Amino acid sequence: MRIIGFVLGTTIAALILALSVGLAPASAESTPSPSPSPSGDFTSTFTIGGLIRDGDTPLEGVEVRVEGEGFDEIGVTGPDGRWVVPVPVQGVYTATLLPDTLPEGVAPRDPDNITRDVNLSTTNTVNVLFPTGEGTVAQNNIAQTILTRFIYGLNFGLLLALGAIGISLIYGTTKLNNFAHGEMVTFGAVIFFLFGTSLGIPLIPAIAITLVLSAFTGYAQDAWLHRPLRKRGVGLVQAMIVTIGLSILVRYVFLFFLGGNIETLDTGLTQNVNIGPATITLASLVSMGISIVMLGLVGLFLTRTRVGKATRAVSDNASLAAASGINVDRIIRIVWILAATLTGLSGILYGIFRQVNWNMGFQILLLLFAAVTLGGLGSAFGALVGSLIIGIVTEVSTVWIPNDLRYAVALLILILVLLVRPQGVLGRKERVG
Amino acid sequence: MDWGQILDTAAGELLSPVTAAYALAAIGIGVHFGYAGLLNFGQAGFMAIGAYGFVVPTLLFDFPVWAAFLTSIAASVLFAFLLGIPTLRLRADYLAIVTIASAEIVRYVVSTTGLTDVTGGAAGLSGFNGSFTALNPFADGIYGFGPWTFTANQLWIRVVGWSLVAIASVLVYLLMRSPWGRVVKGIREDEDAVRSLGKNVYAYKMQALVLGGVFGSLAGVIYVLPRAVQPANYGTTLTFFIWTMLLLGGAATIWGPIVGAMIFATLLTLSDGILRGLISADIITFISGTQAGQIRFMIIGAVLMLLVIFRPQGIFGNKKELSFNV
Repeated sequence: MRIIGFVLGTTIAALILALSVGLAPASAESTPSPSPSPSGDFTSTFTIGGLIRDGDTPLEGVEVRVEGEGFDEIGVTGPDGRWVVPVPVQGVYTATLLPDTLPEGVAPRDPDNITRDVNLSTTNTVNVLFPTGEGTVAQNNIAQTILTRFIYGLNFGLLLALGAIGISLIYGTTKLNNFAHGEMVTFGAVIFFLFGTSLGIPLIPAIAITLVLSAFTGYAQDAWLHRPLRKRGVGLVQAMIVTIGLSILVRYVFLFFLGGNIETLDTGLTQNVNIGPATITLASLVSMGISIVMLGLVGLFLTRTRVGKATRAVSDNASLAAASGINVDRIIRIVWILAATLTGLSGILYGIFRQVNWNMGFQILLLLFAAVTLGGLGSAFGALVGSLIIGIVTEVSTVWIPNDLRYAVALLILILVLLVRPQGVLGRKERVG
Repeated sequence: MDWGQILDTAAGELLSPVTAAYALAAIGIGVHFGYAGLLNFGQAGFMAIGAYGFVVPTLLFDFPVWAAFLTSIAASVLFAFLLGIPTLRLRADYLAIVTIASAEIVRYVVSTTGLTDVTGGAAGLSGFNGSFTALNPFADGIYGFGPWTFTANQLWIRVVGWSLVAIASVLVYLLMRSPWGRVVKGIREDEDAVRSLGKNVYAYKMQALVLGGVFGSLAGVIYVLPRAVQPANYGTTLTFFIWTMLLLGGAATIWGPIVGAMIFATLLTLSDGILRGLISADIITFISGTQAGQIRFMIIGAVLMLLVIFRPQGIFGNKKELSFNV
């Protein structure tokens, strides 16, 4: 079948991409699970940082060790004396100044107080001050802060887009709002955690297994649930409530087996990369690359291949597509498999970006819906635009409003857009009332 | 394991204030979905608005109970307008997404740390029940029999809760037999037909949204009166559970939401008791007590799926009166 070729092709493409940027295989030992304090907050990159100066002279090459929540990383000050350590999750950390790395003739002003407790619970960023001389915490200027947030938002938006396109494709061809989509995200992350980190299978086979199993969940949902429902003539609202039931069922199955722990995916890509003022991990950068390539491939699939064109025809008008000889059921099956594979991949990337827990997918489900609705229900390209808007808005809004309200801002924008332009940013103008 | 104890707890759940709150919230969605065909997935938001609308004025401004009830109702009416204005002209699934999003916005706002002085932040609020308890007309003592044995305060909250359920049910019964109810049901069946008769469909939908929302906010008050307000309770899952209760009983029925809530609450307690009993008696050894709690929610999910597929009209419903068409 074409679709299997496509799925395999995209998988291989992703793997080649991953290889070409030098993804190291995951280390074989399983990571200890960090403190099981579920903060329920996985959408921002948390950083601990500071500025180390001697008088007005920034000190370069000074090392600060950040530990906590199962995490251990050393930050080094740059030429501007600034050090930043991105941490995976909110929580309590300790930051320790390593006095040996201070230049000759400079000592901590308070040698007994070089270890600080850092409580990263309500903000994204904590500055830690180690006085050596006249050290003060310098604030980034507003433009820099916005640019940093913008880059984080782009990263988040691209991750959302992979999942959102899945929702959009399924909605486009079947007009079904799939509430179990969040669980498909979680599924990808959990399976990847199981094979890649717990069982210690190398990175690339683990990704392949995850994607194949994700594709199978798409097949199973269509073949065993939604196709029989369509044959029974079950209405769309009924089918939507069925997906709600499925979502609850599957979510608690995850909780049953995974417990309430937050698990870390181990990819061995924890080096930091500086993009302008923003510091992100290499894993995030690779994720962004994979997202962009996959989204491009989906675009090519939809516009250049026969199956893709047939998919768009079914989205447009299923009866007409059927009348012109397109096997609508087959297209829907392909769309489910494709959507599930993309969503599983987004789960892997999202799990690497943040962490894995039992309801990570459900937590972003509404953002996915918001992205799809913003872009225009059923428009695959709209889903990309909507995801980027949602990702960037949630991150940039934290410059002005409290961190814990940023989802609310994204959802508020969704409602406002519906007021002005109900068909979404890229949706076709049609009667939706 | 103590079967008597397990059955007692489950039977006590039949009349608990939480069950009354569930029933009231389900009556609200019944008005929205069962009669008017509106897909409201934000009932948890209405409940949160009701709860905070009651608690915040009580704690901050020492409102008497009746005034706090009024602010709670007023807040939910306002919320219904805010929801309805952008969405009631749109297709039903848009309303679903907007209501679910708004309910989440409410939850984020009440739990934000910036508003801790007003809403208590993520920890919520407590210590607001004094003025309600002070109105208790029942003398101290033990009332009732068997599993339904209550102290005076427990009896008082149950009487208020179930009275509200009864009033709401009678109101819905009378309204749905009135000309207003016939128009609303007509909108559910065929909006365009009703519009062509010269009715203002938008206004009727808005009235239905407000009415069901007010029931939701009263449910929120009953839900928190015996305990504290916890923002985490008002997640999307609460809405989905109330939908399950409503669909269990039957959407467009008077008894459906009440019986659905009773069955839901009782079975939840019963299955929990049985599973935990079996674990403590070492009959089931491969799962922990926490996992037993999770099995119940898996069952809820499965029941919801099976119910909607095989008996969408619920226990009492009439298959001809189904509002599952978008």
